[in-house]
Amino acid sequence: MTDLEKLESETLNQIAAADSEAALEAVRVGALGKKGAISALLATLGRMSPDERKTQGARINALKDVVTERLAGRRAALEQAALEARLKSEALDVTLPAPPSALERGRLHPLSQVMDELAAIFADMGFSVAEGPDIESDDYNFTKLNFPEGHPAREMHDTFFFSPGADGKRKLLRTHTSPVQVRTMLTQKPPIRVICPGRTYRCDSDQTHTPMFHQVEGLVIDETTHIGHLKWVLEEFLKAFFEVKSVNLRFRPSFFPFTEPSMEVDVQCKRQGGEIRFGEGEDFMEILGCGMVHANVLRNCGLDPDTYQGFAFGVGIDRLAMLKYGMPDLRDLFEGDLRWLRHYGFRALDFPTLAGGLSG
Amino acid sequence: MKLTLSWLKTHLDTSASLTEIVDTLTRIGLEVEDVHDPAAVLEDFVVAQVIEAAPHPNADRLQVCSVDTGAGAPLQVVCGAPNARKGLKTVFAAPGTYIPAKKFTLGKGVIRGVESLGMLCSASELELPGDSEGIMELPDDAPVGAVYAQWARLGDPVIDINLTPNRPDAAGVAGAARDLAAAGLGVLTTPAISPVPGGFPCPVGVKLDFAPEDAHLAPLFALRLVRGVKNGPSPAWMQERLRSVGLRPINALVDITNFLTLDRARPLHVFDAGKVNGDLIVRRARAGEELLALDGKTYSLDEDVVVIADDSGVESLAGVMGGEASGCDDSTTDVLIESALWDPDNIARTGRNLGIVSDARYRFERGVDPAFALPGLELATKLIQELCGGEASTITVAGSEPTATRVVDFPFSETKRLTGLDIAPDEATAILTRLGFSVAASAKGRAKITAPTWRPDIEGKADIVEEILRIHGVDNIVSTPLARAEGVASPVLTASQKRARAARRALAAQGLVEAVTWSFVSNKQARGFGGGDPSLALANPIAAELSDMRPSLLPGLIAAIGRNAARGFGDCALFEVGQIFASDDEMGQRTAAAGVRRGLATTQAAGRGWAAPAKKAGGFDAKADALALLQALGVATSGLQIVAKGPDWLHPGRSGTLQFGPKAVVGCFGELHPRLLNELDVEGPLGAFEIYLDALPAQKAKPTKTKPRLELSDLQPLSRDFAFVVDRAAPAGDLLKAVLGADKALIVSADIFDVYEGVGVPEGKKSIGVAVTLQPKDKTLTDAEIEALAQKIVAEAEKKTGAMLRG
Repeated sequence: MTDLEKLESETLNQIAAADSEAALEAVRVGALGKKGAISALLATLGRMSPDERKTQGARINALKDVVTERLAGRRAALEQAALEARLKSEALDVTLPAPPSALERGRLHPLSQVMDELAAIFADMGFSVAEGPDIESDDYNFTKLNFPEGHPAREMHDTFFFSPGADGKRKLLRTHTSPVQVRTMLTQKPPIRVICPGRTYRCDSDQTHTPMFHQVEGLVIDETTHIGHLKWVLEEFLKAFFEVKSVNLRFRPSFFPFTEPSMEVDVQCKRQGGEIRFGEGEDFMEILGCGMVHANVLRNCGLDPDTYQGFAFGVGIDRLAMLKYGMPDLRDLFEGDLRWLRHYGFRALDFPTLAGGLSG
Repeated sequence: MKLTLSWLKTHLDTSASLTEIVDTLTRIGLEVEDVHDPAAVLEDFVVAQVIEAAPHPNADRLQVCSVDTGAGAPLQVVCGAPNARKGLKTVFAAPGTYIPAKKFTLGKGVIRGVESLGMLCSASELELPGDSEGIMELPDDAPVGAVYAQWARLGDPVIDINLTPNRPDAAGVAGAARDLAAAGLGVLTTPAISPVPGGFPCPVGVKLDFAPEDAHLAPLFALRLVRGVKNGPSPAWMQERLRSVGLRPINALVDITNFLTLDRARPLHVFDAGKVNGDLIVRRARAGEELLALDGKTYSLDEDVVVIADDSGVESLAGVMGGEASGCDDSTTDVLIESALWDPDNIARTGRNLGIVSDARYRFERGVDPAFALPGLELATKLIQELCGGEASTITVAGSEPTATRVVDFPFSETKRLTGLDIAPDEATAILTRLGFSVAASAKGRAKITAPTWRPDIEGKADIVEEILRIHGVDNIVSTPLARAEGVASPVLTASQKRARAARRALAAQGLVEAVTWSFVSNKQARGFGGGDPSLALANPIAAELSDMRPSLLPGLIAAIGRNAARGFGDCALFEVGQIFASDDEMGQRTAAAGVRRGLATTQAAGRGWAAPAKKAGGFDAKADALALLQALGVATSGLQIVAKGPDWLHPGRSGTLQFGPKAVVGCFGELHPRLLNELDVEGPLGAFEIYLDALPAQKAKPTKTKPRLELSDLQPLSRDFAFVVDRAAPAGDLLKAVLGADKALIVSADIFDVYEGVGVPEGKKSIGVAVTLQPKDKTLTDAEIEALAQKIVAEAEKKTGAMLRG
């Protein structure tokens, strides 16, 4: 074996044995560095005869090329191994749970969702949303709405009253959202199209009644609106709300002090298991009361009943929510049970829109 | 109001089926709530006879009966009734029969080792009135094998009408029949009434003893004596009528009055003339007077009650219930019949105040037909004479029938105006005429319409329209689109409505769960949160713990949190957006948004997690929620002041007030006061906030939606950290404010990255690490400029807060 062959063999062995970047660098410096063995050999070329230089030069350069190539190969292998080791050491247990999302934890009460749905539907038909106080006067809650003196609703067993004030009059908790009708008519010139959603109160508590509940009232007053329009609005509203292609309504003559003619409305439905489907089936379910605003109410609100006319309807929001989303018990709505709220509630971004569909 | 099909047919000649009748009643506004067809429910029960009854071998109280059911060989039936005996005719149910009262279907059974092939039934098992002590006892002539309901003539369907308060006329079978006839379902056959001549003057006088302003309480009182009657059970047909709608027959005289109440909506009263002393005086009761009424109860009366009295005192509660002392029984030979008119409101109030529900009250409080008081009396006289004999006196009348007629000047176009339906005047006239209205055409297309005396509800044109509409058929209403606004619909929500909606979604996005709690809380809760004013206390709360209008959303939420914790869900974060009440006037009602967090339901987590140590929710979670809400609502928080210490219901050292100035408080946040939590019996700590949405500054209306121009610098921002030592009690907010104020042009933000107390920091002091970000505007800052600014920051911090740079 020549010296050159020996050097090649030793150097290549050292490269192969280098187990770190540093060791490899030491081998490189030992071979190709300024004072390296191969560099030293190259330095001898100048002193050689041209013939010798020709043969030796080619051999030494070949040795340099092999070593350079092996060094690069070994370096790449070491880098690869180091990366693999790093990746291995950095491995996480991805089955550990991620931090919970606030969007997933939070919920809107189904009543809030339904009120937003109502606003979306009625805004499309040109209704704005009117509100009024929960604590009302007897005048707005009863008298202006044509409730006669002595009407049972005016008694303590139906209505929550406060103690009489300095003027001797006792205020009450509104028993319906109809006082907002009165407030609207007293302050706004027709044409009027409003819905009045809100909290209402009656002295009643059993399986299907809670002392506080929610109602939405609709009111249209202009010079032409009649019961045919009322029917259309109710059909469109119920269709949009229950998100069905058609609804079949049945009107029944009825009686309310503040409307004349008055009607109750039943909606065709099919009950199946815990579900109620609208627009099909054999059953009819009573869903709301409505009628043409009573001439006395118009007069009480400063409108001439021979010029102005229109309709009003009222429907329980709690009931609408229960029917649509299948909540079985009214009382649960006000219990604040976390399990119930999580189950029946809506996520913050479930925003009802007509463009995207009320319930997505 | 209940009536039976066969009773209805005594007034209506019709070939319509039960279903048609029921549907029509509902369609014309007499809503049928229920139809009970007893024969349909009981069709499997048959008449049977006990042939043998022997003691049960294994049970003392049971008997083994051999029963002839009329079908094949006698069956063995085990029976526990003491009255099961040989020869008894009773009611039998075979296996497979549904027992209504027990809500199950009978099967074959083995009772104490003896096979039983059916059941002998008590009345209560068939949901029939009667003695439920034992099995039913039928007369000996009951035919074995016959269907019991048919034999007992239970087959008369009972129709229950949910009568609206405006229709007193339909509180009698005849009135319902009139409506059906008007709707084209048959011919009204109610016979006309002919007066019964009086043979002698009525010996008992009547005086209406009222002040002039009270005359409306008893406009008319008619009285007549029938002497020489023989009272006793009423005939079977009348008893059956009364029983079929749930009334107990008493005696002929009483049954006649009850019958006419139901048949003609004409309540009457009969006095035993032998028990009446002197003349009858109709007057207000006197405080302290009492009456033992026919229901066996004694009522204490006051001056609001109208009574009929004689020389011995009160004998009857006008229009509500008669008295026991002067009631008719089998010994009655002379009977006084009363037919009167009363004030509906007064009757309603009396009934409510005394707690009496009676058929008379039901009709008088709705308003009886004033023109039928005297015909009703004649009809009663006729029935009494037919059933009990006797000789009638003339009629004594005190007062008079109110004669005001209600005439509506009606343009037939009104129907189209209110309903959209074209109903020809001829059809409208025909409908009204069938209902008893008189229609006199006046000008072209108009008529003077007079309402019948039995329709006190008819006031104006709309009432006439309703009559035409309901008989013509509300099903005919044609759905008509409302005109829509041209183009794209405009937004309709007000700023405050949008704010409340956004608040809900923002808080839900913050991880809180929305609850809807009662608007009323207990007085203790109200007082705990700054409320409890007597003007906001209900005079008649439904429960003691729901007595006061809530001054804050927090007590309701805290109670809900407490209930959840008691159910095992202690990590709970709830919010509510709703009304709170500072006074009983309109301006006192405000809209608030509040949230409460408990346990490990923090803003960062929802329980224990592996990544960070579990931390209980507290004041900073509440602060984070409150600020997140304000930011989500677009409220500019640059002017927001956070002042240490919130209202009294919060922990004085762990709460703050959010305000835009001392007079512009918009809310609070912090931990609930431990003493209050203790009183409310909820385990803390709880982090809570409340923001008054109405108090937030309104967003400025801008002419365009263009956002301000964005200025971007080409120069890199740089950050410098400072560690300041300040007094432990010094608010960090003041330090930040001082730092930010050192150079308002260059310093764009200052953030606290560390707060430290302990080794290396003097006792009573704390170290606050502040990272200050500088944004050069026109040119890169030199080291000297940066150093100068750092000096200024330190100097400013020291000047404003006494902070020293940490060594």
